Amino acid sequence: MIVKIGVGSCGLGAGAEQAIKALEKSGAEVKKVGCIGLCYLEPLVEVETSSGPVFYAHVDSKEKAEKIAREIKAGNFKSASMTRKELEQSANWKKQVRRVNGNCGEIDPENIDDYIKAGGYEGLKKALKMAPEKVIAEVDRTGLRGRGGAGFPAAKKWQFCRAAKGETRYNVCNADEGNPGAFMNRMLMEGDPHKVLEGLIISSYAIGASKGYVFVRAEKALAAERMRKAVADSRKKGFLGDNILGSRFGFDVEVVKSAGAYVCGEETALIEAIEGKRGTPRARPPYPAQRGLYDSPTNINNVETLAHVTMILSKGADWFNGVGTQKSKGTKVFCLTGSVERPGAYEVPIGFNLKELVHGIGGLDGKPKLIESGGPAGLCLKENQLDVPLDFETMQDEGTVMGSGGVVVFGEECCPVDVAKHFMRFTRDESCGKCTPCREGTTRLYEMLEDLTSGKGNRETLEKISKLSELIRDTAFCGLGQGATNPLVSAMKNFARDFEAHADGKCPSYVCGMGK
Amino acid sequence: MKKINLTIDGSKISVDEGTAVLEAAKQAKVRIPTLCHYEGLENYGACRLCVVEIEGRRNLPASCVTPVQEGMVVRTNTARLREARKELLKLILASHPADCKTCEKHGRCELQNLSYEFGIRDFGCRMHDKRHFIDETSPSIKRDLDKCILCGRCVRVCRDVQSVSVYDFANRGCASIVTPALCKNMSETNCVACGQCTIVCPTGALSETDSVEEVWALLKSGKRAVVQVAPAIRVSIGELFGCAPGTLVKGKLVTALKRLGFNEVFDTNFGADLTIMEEASELVEAVKEGKTHLASSCCPAWINFVEEFYPDLLPHLSTCKSPHQMVGALVKTYYAEKLGKKREDIAVVSIMPCTAKKYEIKRKELKGDVDAVLTTRELARMIKEVGLELNDLPESEFDAPFGITTGAGAIFGASGGVTEAALRTAAELITGKPHERIEFKEVRGFGNVRETELVIGGKKLKIAVAQTLGGARKLLEEIRSGRKTYNFVEVMACPGGCIGGGGQPIPVRESRQKVIEARAKAIYDLDASLPLRRSIDNPAIKQLYKEFLGKPSSKKSKEILHTSYKARKAYGV
Ligand SMILES: Cc1cc2nc3c(=O)[nH]c(=O)nc-3n(C[C@H](O)[C@H](O)[C@H](O)COP(=O)(O)O)c2cc1C
Repeated sequence: MIVKIGVGSCGLGAGAEQAIKALEKSGAEVKKVGCIGLCYLEPLVEVETSSGPVFYAHVDSKEKAEKIAREIKAGNFKSASMTRKELEQSANWKKQVRRVNGNCGEIDPENIDDYIKAGGYEGLKKALKMAPEKVIAEVDRTGLRGRGGAGFPAAKKWQFCRAAKGETRYNVCNADEGNPGAFMNRMLMEGDPHKVLEGLIISSYAIGASKGYVFVRAEKALAAERMRKAVADSRKKGFLGDNILGSRFGFDVEVVKSAGAYVCGEETALIEAIEGKRGTPRARPPYPAQRGLYDSPTNINNVETLAHVTMILSKGADWFNGVGTQKSKGTKVFCLTGSVERPGAYEVPIGFNLKELVHGIGGLDGKPKLIESGGPAGLCLKENQLDVPLDFETMQDEGTVMGSGGVVVFGEECCPVDVAKHFMRFTRDESCGKCTPCREGTTRLYEMLEDLTSGKGNRETLEKISKLSELIRDTAFCGLGQGATNPLVSAMKNFARDFEAHADGKCPSYVCGMGK
Repeated sequence: MKKINLTIDGSKISVDEGTAVLEAAKQAKVRIPTLCHYEGLENYGACRLCVVEIEGRRNLPASCVTPVQEGMVVRTNTARLREARKELLKLILASHPADCKTCEKHGRCELQNLSYEFGIRDFGCRMHDKRHFIDETSPSIKRDLDKCILCGRCVRVCRDVQSVSVYDFANRGCASIVTPALCKNMSETNCVACGQCTIVCPTGALSETDSVEEVWALLKSGKRAVVQVAPAIRVSIGELFGCAPGTLVKGKLVTALKRLGFNEVFDTNFGADLTIMEEASELVEAVKEGKTHLASSCCPAWINFVEEFYPDLLPHLSTCKSPHQMVGALVKTYYAEKLGKKREDIAVVSIMPCTAKKYEIKRKELKGDVDAVLTTRELARMIKEVGLELNDLPESEFDAPFGITTGAGAIFGASGGVTEAALRTAAELITGKPHERIEFKEVRGFGNVRETELVIGGKKLKIAVAQTLGGARKLLEEIRSGRKTYNFVEVMACPGGCIGGGGQPIPVRESRQKVIEARAKAIYDLDASLPLRRSIDNPAIKQLYKEFLGKPSSKKSKEILHTSYKARKAYGV
């Protein structure tokens, strides 16, 4: 009887290690799998019974695991949390379309044969039989847009890179994922590293790149380790190296740990970091596709984008186009955290309703007060603004609601000024310090927000904040600064009464330690 | 090159493909304000003051890192831009000390100038306290980090022009600083003291260490005060008194120095002539013995550079002291004897275009020859302090004997000058007969590495001239690898040679390259106007050898005029 247990950093962090030991001792056939995305249930154990799989949630101790072992022996699964069928009928599962995350929680991420059994490397085999241009055309037919935040069409970027002059071409998987509230890339690399790697190999074939990098945030040690193992195993099987599968295409990959700064996720800063330099952005143009890593044509794609590429090649563009909106096809993984009943990573079709994501999938007790969607360059929305599709086109003010897919829900007790301050502190701390508006401006904004939350602000402070925010957006060097004020500006607009109250020395939510 | 057509503030212009909008605007006679752009350095795009409006773009891109595009419509002076620039400048000023009154760069600070031009009266933000200490550990360069606006010009000039890379950024966000590796003090780094960073720094963050008070004290001390003036000063100091670049102020400068209280005003050009006698003899000797790569040794930053990065090539350096050290050494021996004074009772001050000379006089091997070095900028301040109007002063002559000089000494101030001066004398040393040519224009110019082959006195000579240490590095790599072989190598650490030295007046509005070219022209004009143009013809030099030194490379000249070098260890490794 196979017992699956989640060994993503979420599961391990919640105590899966002890459960594994106990289960193995009991003689059960334990299979370590990635995270299925239901963070709130970790450590999660799935047992395949004769009447179908059942789940045990929160198996975080020896005792709980031993109990499961006893139930397995006895053949009764009395204390199981739910059956697989029940899960599949539940609100937060039913609405998902699990594609890139499809293998997560099912296969052993450290076992390449398991991946191959699940259809892995079929996409690569198909791609290698096609002309590179045809591969690009196939991806172009889906209109696949980058999942890293900016949403640039992947096939277009590949075409630019392929057409650029240069001896060596590089292809980089951007796995920096430094935005607070987002962990879909980490989860995918921990749960199904080969799918990401396969996408990287396929896109490199399409572009004509001979060397690839996976740039992983240093803090995501487990993801880096699994990617490294994936690279080594894949090389052994001949999916990497010279003359891949007899195609005369040669390509190899190096996993690089990032220097641990949010800005290093910005593609030009990332290039500097790989070159061993300080992670600060470069001026564009020239774009990386023209002149990037080591001054050579370089393509950069997000982890999830690459996983989609794998799926497109293995299942075809038509299949991919089966879900999504008129304009953007496919799915996107969202990470839902904060005041929701079921925090986790959920893959839904592009265009999914944000309200449904928060309410239906996340599940709420009360009313949320503020929803931050899109990360440090995202927006602070009110409850009644949630009825919008999560896609690339829907803009609110300056930012898209989708962003890179992080959704943080703040409950009724939160103070929007405090939340905005929190996001501003993040960008202030993460500013690389290169350009004046981002370096000095975010510092000043944070000071003014401190003033507001400590009763030292006034109405003039609000005006100054607005003016300075506009300046930073207009003049900052890179996306970090340009988007840094989105949460603040949207919060000021959507929670104007709260900001005004603070300017008058009151915090309506009692968070900032002032009178109401 | 392909031309790109665009419109800037309504006027149509056509510029080379790849030009940045900021430079295109310059060609359209629009000076867009900036603090991080610097002529000749890679554009960096950090200060954002050069933002412009470009039709079809929502935000305000920085013009220094925005390449021109066909049909681009650029506006540089709209209300929105003025507002944005002003706010950006205020952001910089808000974390900048407000001690302009006591700042070294006062009056020539680009930040201060812009603040004035933008009419800024308050910063609109709270002010910042002193956060950093002042690094005065280097004898040449003083760092005041509080005044640093993170424009990165010093980082780029040191890395890209000089290939030394003392500075880089550290930390993040508003905690960012520019610092040597491991936050070491300057004295512990591989800084070669060229001072180019003090030229490009827009604020008072980097400046030469101040020796003015020290010199006033020497003048008060009752010692015999002797001053000497480097070849490059007379064509540059006028700029600090309102003269056009390239104005020669030799006689007036001598008067000013007398009025400041110096007993003798000597000319480092004499030292240059003497250097030629010694160095040309070395060259002739080397050619005879088949030794290659004899390299000039006049430039102390170059010496530091070889000691730091190419210690294996040290044996190729001429052992001649630099010209002002020669004069200093002679003042304290030959001239002291003449005066009947002890060397301790004489103080020698050198007016140099150079910050590295401040380091040089403190070298163990050279200690005691020269007591203090003032840069061109420091001397101008002293002249102003006592209220002398340089332009209105009468002309005076340098004092004998070290005031009698030739055109060969004069051209030491420009890159290629040492080589040309040596060539003028070398032929006669080889054949006993003077070479028919005086001018060797092929070694003049502004390329970072220039090579020539010449026949002098029947000998074929291969010569390389390098300016900037980036140029020097290129040359030394060729030499080290054995790909190139030369008889003589001249290196000056600064662009254009000493006329572009780290202690020279800082061009604020003019193009630095144009200023350097004007100074070079003045030097060569001066040379052409002189009756004697070969060091070997200098009567005072002849007399010096007759009376005191014997002949070039004699035991006595070795003792007084030559020195030695050794590998340097930076960062304690
Ligand atoms: C401050 C900043 C941080 C970023 N961080 C990431 C990141 O962690 N991961 C990522 O894929 N893209 C990140 N991006 C976007 C990248 O610059 C780039 O657009 C993306 O990697 C392209 O991949 P895609 O087209 O597949 O989305 C960031 C951008 C900015 C401005």
